[in-house]
Amino acid sequence: MNYYYKMSVAEAARALQNKEITSKELTESVLERIEEVEEDIRGFVTLLDGDEVLLEAEKIDQARVSEEPLPHLAGIPMALKDNLCTRGVPTTCASKMLQSYCPPYDACVVEKLKESRTILMGKANMDEFAMGSSTENSAFFTTRNPWDTTRVPGGSSGGSAALVAAGEVFFALGSDTGGSVRQPASFCGVVGLKPTYGLVSRFGLIAFASSLDQIGPLTRDVRDCAMVMEIIAGHDPRDSTSAPKEKEKYTEYLGRDIKGFKVALPRDCFTEGLDAEVKKVVMGAVGKCTALGIEVEDVSMPHMQYAFPAYYIVSTSEAFSNLARYDGVQYGYRADGAGNFVSLYKKTRSGGFGQEVKKRIMLGTYFLSSGYYDAYYLQSLKARTQIREELQKVFRDYDFIVTPTSPTVAFQVGEKGDDPLTMSLSDIYTIIANLAGVPAISIPCGFVGGMPVGLQVMGRPFEEGRIFQFCYALECLLGVRNQLPETGVKRGGTVV
Amino acid sequence: MNVSRKEVEYVASLARLDLAPEEKEKIFQQFNVILDYINRLKELNLAGVEPTTHVLQLKNVFRKDRSQEKGGELLAEVLKEAPDKAGRLFKVPPVIEEEG
Repeated sequence: MNYYYKMSVAEAARALQNKEITSKELTESVLERIEEVEEDIRGFVTLLDGDEVLLEAEKIDQARVSEEPLPHLAGIPMALKDNLCTRGVPTTCASKMLQSYCPPYDACVVEKLKESRTILMGKANMDEFAMGSSTENSAFFTTRNPWDTTRVPGGSSGGSAALVAAGEVFFALGSDTGGSVRQPASFCGVVGLKPTYGLVSRFGLIAFASSLDQIGPLTRDVRDCAMVMEIIAGHDPRDSTSAPKEKEKYTEYLGRDIKGFKVALPRDCFTEGLDAEVKKVVMGAVGKCTALGIEVEDVSMPHMQYAFPAYYIVSTSEAFSNLARYDGVQYGYRADGAGNFVSLYKKTRSGGFGQEVKKRIMLGTYFLSSGYYDAYYLQSLKARTQIREELQKVFRDYDFIVTPTSPTVAFQVGEKGDDPLTMSLSDIYTIIANLAGVPAISIPCGFVGGMPVGLQVMGRPFEEGRIFQFCYALECLLGVRNQLPETGVKRGGTVV
Repeated sequence: MNVSRKEVEYVASLARLDLAPEEKEKIFQQFNVILDYINRLKELNLAGVEPTTHVLQLKNVFRKDRSQEKGGELLAEVLKEAPDKAGRLFKVPPVIEEEG
């Protein structure tokens, strides 16, 4: 068995271009790794046929041998969160509602990755309709954290994060509505970016909360993240919220001097609820920033505490509207035995949605219903304005806002039980970036008890390049990039 | 108590959901926990604050309401996903019922 699967995207791309390895060898390495660990990790909802995947790899190898021009990442295996539409490949949203749904089209990001000749290995598990923080809400099964298979990988893009961390793919895409890329990245010790709202087209992303959702990469280091963003960013007329921006050469920012950057540290994020050990690791990383010639200052962001309530109202209200389309008429699940139209709706929706999804649809219904609209929905939109303005004010004086990504390391499967708040509070630091539409990244910054800790860096809108510049320097300094766990050796108990 | 069991039932019917008794009870409990937490928003004085519906200052994007598809290939693929169909139509139970 070879260890090609341990390479970063950049290393693999270079080795392919120098003809040191072939895409077939790279893909075989990943397939062997999947064979070895997937039974314990369970990151894939759909795993594509190995022979077909290898055939695609061979085609790319032939093209390379005959000196055909190939895109930079051609021949590199990856995975997609299962809420990204893939033509002819099931796209389930980890829901019974879409269990057998095969989209007749590709999402914009899928088109771009296909044009780049990257190799799709399969579709990654998630919380149903992206509602959750652990993949425990998947209608099919829970994905396990590669660092400790008794723990969750985070969510909702937990499958994507676990597959990247376990060496089953070189990179993956997820979606982030309140932290769904960054929190699992943090839990699994990988890099995860939520780009600026509007930077990546959401055409073909199955919608959860449209004013918050963004697609973002999960990778093993900062350079890989920049490389994937160079593929997926850019304007798309099919997404009416797509920003009319040219995409940048993000990798050109890497290695540039970062002296003189100013970092804000919101003291409101370092109070109750933050695990003391996590705090120590994050503060240790922040302390090293000064060694890079960066000014770090405490700031106060008193509206931070209202981010979660505002998020909960906005996201459930938008979900209520977005999920109205699942009615058993055009595609997806339809319940048997409905005698009339209303009964078709009720039976289909009651049988097709899991409990968390039902609860959130109902909360959205409640917040938007007559008599409560002003008290909840309108109030949350106004609070959103204040949260945004508070952030904008900080960004007038500082280049970045740094926080922990999540208040704890990955928790045990089943630990959070049914308490609707404790689970959601693991997104408490990430939500604000979605409400304000700013870019935010999670990078690994150390470990607590063998489990990875993530550091979140938020930046000004469309300043992803500077985020990469800063985080690349930080990553070099911290020395925690592309670290894979010794999966297969089980720690802390047996797999349930 | 923020909402009653009866209100939860009403909300479920608005959302076109039928809940099993134990499901209803659980959602009722969770509704109240969540609303307790969310009510802290009411502490804020937001008089005169403009609501944010969208973070980008974008204008509406319009296009002609015309199919961008040339042949009928996509139509067949779309219909393939339909739970029930008749020719090129989606088939559903009766919408207008006879009065009995």
